[in-house]
Amino acid sequence: MVVATRTATFREAINEALRLELARDPDVILMGEDVAGGATVSGFEQDDAWGGVLGVTKGLVQEFGRDRVLDTPISESGFIGAAVGAAATGLRPVAELMFVDFFGVCMDQIFNQGAKLRYMFGGHAKVPMVIRTMIGAGFRAAGQHSGCHYSVFTHMPGLKTVVPSTPSDAKGLLAASIRDDDPVIFFEHKLLYDITGELPEGDYVVKLGTADIKREGDGATVVAIGRMVQLSLEAAEALAGEGIEVEIVDPRTLSPLDDEAILASVRKTGRLVVVDEDNPRCSMATDIAALVTTRAFDHLDAPPQLVTAPHTPVPFSPVLEDVYVPSAERIAEAVRATL
Amino acid sequence: MELTSDKALWIYDRMVTIRAFEERVAKLFADGRIPGFVHLYAGEEAVAVGVCAQLNDRDFITSTHRGHGHCIAKGVPVAPMMAELFGRADGCCKGKGGSMHIADVSRGMLGANGIVGGGPPLACGSGLAAKRKGSGAVTACFFGDGAAEQGTTHEAMNLAAIWKLPVIFVAENNGFAESTPVGYHCAASNIADRAASYNIPGVSVDGYDVVSVYEAAGEAVARARRGDGPSLIEAKTWRYFGHFEGDQVTYRTAEQSAAYREHDPLTWFAKQATDRGLLTPKDLEEVTMGAERSIDEAIEFAEKSPLPAPEETLTDVYVSYR
Repeated sequence: MVVATRTATFREAINEALRLELARDPDVILMGEDVAGGATVSGFEQDDAWGGVLGVTKGLVQEFGRDRVLDTPISESGFIGAAVGAAATGLRPVAELMFVDFFGVCMDQIFNQGAKLRYMFGGHAKVPMVIRTMIGAGFRAAGQHSGCHYSVFTHMPGLKTVVPSTPSDAKGLLAASIRDDDPVIFFEHKLLYDITGELPEGDYVVKLGTADIKREGDGATVVAIGRMVQLSLEAAEALAGEGIEVEIVDPRTLSPLDDEAILASVRKTGRLVVVDEDNPRCSMATDIAALVTTRAFDHLDAPPQLVTAPHTPVPFSPVLEDVYVPSAERIAEAVRATL
Repeated sequence: MELTSDKALWIYDRMVTIRAFEERVAKLFADGRIPGFVHLYAGEEAVAVGVCAQLNDRDFITSTHRGHGHCIAKGVPVAPMMAELFGRADGCCKGKGGSMHIADVSRGMLGANGIVGGGPPLACGSGLAAKRKGSGAVTACFFGDGAAEQGTTHEAMNLAAIWKLPVIFVAENNGFAESTPVGYHCAASNIADRAASYNIPGVSVDGYDVVSVYEAAGEAVARARRGDGPSLIEAKTWRYFGHFEGDQVTYRTAEQSAAYREHDPLTWFAKQATDRGLLTPKDLEEVTMGAERSIDEAIEFAEKSPLPAPEETLTDVYVSYR
């Protein structure tokens, strides 16, 4: 079957997924700081002043109204907890935590309430909610607006974690996340918003827990997360010139993790590089390295290589931030080190 | 709203059932038959019962770590409650929540909460869902004087006020946040005074007087159902037991406790209701006997209930994973 596509940005893909899900299910609502913006200001009754701090939710309030696209006070515990309570009593809220670094002010509601209610209540509750949140360095946004931190949430039972790397994945995974009956944290790298790609038209869902091979090869397996997929594709081009064909595995969701896709690729290539923009200790990089060494050790021809941010906060100065973020060159170097 | 005989009977029955449940739990815990932590509600019965007497089956409540009384007042049966405290398979949370997370969403009881101040944001959520769906449901949010100092409580009251959510906030001021007196931990003279900050009605009532609580809750619930938004009720009360079972309660004097026990909310209401002809001595006796019998049966049910199967450890984390 040929699916019609058009070229669109990552930002447009997320906006489209939200629009389609709001239209599809009256129980879906959006809430967050400035998701429309300008609430109660004359002229903005059914219009948005911002449509999200980076314009991702632009236009939705015009279509769905302020009863379903709710600007919130800067009270992350209050409104994320409200999303949990609303999800447990029949809505399907999509709450926006503007930057993931703000999790410090609302983690109890995510971790002790949203993630645990179902289990603590013996399965007699469900919490179908999504928290969309921006991640990632490279925006010169410094120490409190630039982290990734998806490993923190992936560690927590009860949560699902999703990190898209392309516009089509963003659309399909967000639709799946909103329709999912469990709480999902959906991480959007802010440097991806303007990338373009082919976007399937209409209803499009990517099943959670399914990895995607972004490039096939048999020289080495590169497991890359989020924006690191794009950098790994650049590195793969350079390596192809050297006669090295890497296979890029994009897990797309970290919990659940598609273990088998990663293991199958390593069994084929015998080499593993994990590329993760998050801090290195107790990270997805170490988790995936442990997965492969415990379950496919005999297939490895070299020690796994981990390409990650350093164990520091994100620095401000552009020259320092560029040192912090893994680069295509570092990825290529790590691949060569496995050969 | 004038109390009817039926309502008075319901109120007395719920209060006596809570008291009987908690006194038996204290003994069971002391005998080592209930594991973990338990926080008992005895002394505070008039608050949960006075508020829940204004709610219906479709309404919701959020609760605290001291949640047994809220459950019983909202209509959760005592047998699965007791089985839950025993950690048994027939517990209302299949033995996975225990005393601190006891819940029955089907009866609108959104869970006891091990986090002080954990509940108020959730109450905004059930209020938001009710408003969006037009169900008419009201959510009563119980929290203690300790939780009055949590940011979540303030965020939730503000959010409920700006969104005009059908929520009533009920501060159960029992005088102590664990061992720390309210006069120390609270800068306000009355927790209810804080309602002014959120531009909502706030009232302090005698939390020992179930009729006062019932009347204040009636106004707040009516306001919420009209779509006029939240209210704050502070009920000043006293817990008979310690913060948790095992607490030696060194921070209160025996004289204080004795004085409160002298004005017991159950005996006070029994006298009021019989004086006003709402209840007869026979009613009182039947309620007491019925409550004792229901707790006996609950304990028997809990003891006969199987232990959870080991594989249950791994279920109910997700609706579906993968």
